[in-house]
Amino acid sequence: MRGREPVMVGERSTGAVIGRIIVYSILIVAALYFLIPFFVMAMTSLKTMNDIRTGNLISFPREFTLDAWGKAWSSACTGINCEGVKGYFLNSVQMVIPAVIISTLIGAVNGYVFSKWRFKGSETIFSFLLLGCFIPFQIILLPMSQTLGVLRIGQSIFGLIFVHIVYGLPFTSLFFRNFYVTIPDEIIKAAKIDGAGFFKIFWKIILPVSLPIFVVAIIWQTTQIWNDFLFGVAFSGSDSQPITVALNNLVNTSTGVKEYNVDMAAAIIAGLPTLIVYIVAGKYFLRGLTAGAVKG
Amino acid sequence: MASLTISEIRKWFGTNEVLKGVSLAVEAGEFLVLVGPSGCGKSTLLNLIAGLETITSGEIKIGDRVVNNVKPKDRDIAMVFQSYALYPSMNVRKNLAFGLETRGIHKDQIEKTVKRVAAMLQISELLDRKPSQLSGGQRQRVAMGRALARDPVIFLFDEPLSNLDAKLRVEMRTEIKELHQRIKTTIVYVTHDQIEAMTLADRIAVMKDGIIHQFDTPQQLYDNPSNIFVAGFIGSPSMNFIKCKLVKKAKELSVVLENRKGDSFLLPVGKADKSLEKWIDGDVILGIRPERIATGFHEQEGNPQIHEIECAVEVLEPTGPDTLVFVNINGGKVTCRVSPHAAKLPGESMKLMIDMSKALLFDPETQNRIGR
Repeated sequence: MRGREPVMVGERSTGAVIGRIIVYSILIVAALYFLIPFFVMAMTSLKTMNDIRTGNLISFPREFTLDAWGKAWSSACTGINCEGVKGYFLNSVQMVIPAVIISTLIGAVNGYVFSKWRFKGSETIFSFLLLGCFIPFQIILLPMSQTLGVLRIGQSIFGLIFVHIVYGLPFTSLFFRNFYVTIPDEIIKAAKIDGAGFFKIFWKIILPVSLPIFVVAIIWQTTQIWNDFLFGVAFSGSDSQPITVALNNLVNTSTGVKEYNVDMAAAIIAGLPTLIVYIVAGKYFLRGLTAGAVKG
Repeated sequence: MASLTISEIRKWFGTNEVLKGVSLAVEAGEFLVLVGPSGCGKSTLLNLIAGLETITSGEIKIGDRVVNNVKPKDRDIAMVFQSYALYPSMNVRKNLAFGLETRGIHKDQIEKTVKRVAAMLQISELLDRKPSQLSGGQRQRVAMGRALARDPVIFLFDEPLSNLDAKLRVEMRTEIKELHQRIKTTIVYVTHDQIEAMTLADRIAVMKDGIIHQFDTPQQLYDNPSNIFVAGFIGSPSMNFIKCKLVKKAKELSVVLENRKGDSFLLPVGKADKSLEKWIDGDVILGIRPERIATGFHEQEGNPQIHEIECAVEVLEPTGPDTLVFVNINGGKVTCRVSPHAAKLPGESMKLMIDMSKALLFDPETQNRIGR
């Protein structure tokens, strides 16, 4: 037995090493596949137009320059406006922050009610709310624009915030509910007997353990709302367009030469916030998504 | 400390009647145990007392106050849960203090109470830990401490020991009993474990299918169960139920037992009185506890109620102090508790003494106790 064991281990580890190599090769290839377009974008944005015309797509810039970034930010033309994407970026920020905060908070309260304060018909309401996750947004464009008109918040950032809150709620409610059902009901009962009411229990007992799911909801909502194009193009006024719409306009505005470096810089600017959010909070995102799976 | 009076409580969940008219009266300072198999309604009853569920009909009184529509927090009760239900984000100190803080009690007072309770339950050194850093037994103590800190008039315990391992469960059981003897507050305690019920209770309510089958002291339940369910539920190993014929011979009633070989034995069960007349020459169920069938009893000389039978041993189960011997009587398995050195091997025939003084008779139809 003693003689066999190292052989066994050796055999197994050779197999394991080969397996590892295969797994890592596939992962590296996949990562490259996803990174190459970004690499091209980043390189192109750092090139001069001359460089772009004469060089090839994946080559390094002959001279690095941030001119394209500067232009994209403050002087590129979107339609007849030539002030860059700066204003639209700020529009998006002004839209995303309140929309994310409000939809996440309401989602948290919803999830708390649907899991811990069930009432007659609450399951039915919840399933209706979930339908919202499956509604293609194109379907609601017209009724929603009428609604916004009635509310007198059409063509404004407030209108966009409203739409994003409404269509974020099914997701945030689902996230929070599924997280809160893993908290034992007995804790709520104990708190009721201890004299705490609806909001006190939420505030003192539920919220302090909700960090992982808040991260999930915030990342999800930030990404969804920041990246949204359809609502942005349909419901915004000329002064409230989000960056995604501006990027589209910028790329489609051709006055003579097509400035690929500016387009790429603007595209990266448009994508940067969600990238940063994911890099900063990504590990909590995965942890939060799997939090319900393992009890503890 | 307050009395608890429950009258004719009914509880429906949708179309399902979970409690079918339950009445109980618990005196102030008494330790009541609700015991029964799972699904019998005991936890529902506890939740109704706590006010966590609303009753469909009936009345609950704590002391002299009807609390049917009083919120849980205003009932002056405290509850200990099976899963402990400690607040995960708070340390032990805050867990103990939470109920006091929500009631707006002064900080100094809270501090004092937390200290006193922590000392009482020997958890003083755990005050700054989070629940996740505690062992099962420690969590259990904190859960009890949280209830104690509130100083309520009634404690409610919902299977508080079920999540502990066997050894710890026995230790905590004793501690709960000591605690009750010290604080003398009324306790309502739910369990499915009849040993817990027997050891802790002043009185036990045995429940099944939403009704109370018997409400009595542990010894009364053990000696005088009112039906087969209670008789079989209380006591371990369970009481033997032997189907047999009741015969009358010279003014005396006897039951007929037969071993596998076909030898029959006539065991007197007392004088023929009116209450048993109906069953003469018919079937009854003889209930006899395993310890009443042994190889011998103290002071058995001349005791007219001890009778000898002979049976072949089928299976042996040594437990240490006693050995359980399984024999076949009237076609059913019967457990006997004999001293280890007297037990014969499987297949061998064995003389057994039956003490009929504690034997009970049941009606095979209604399952209720008959006679005496």
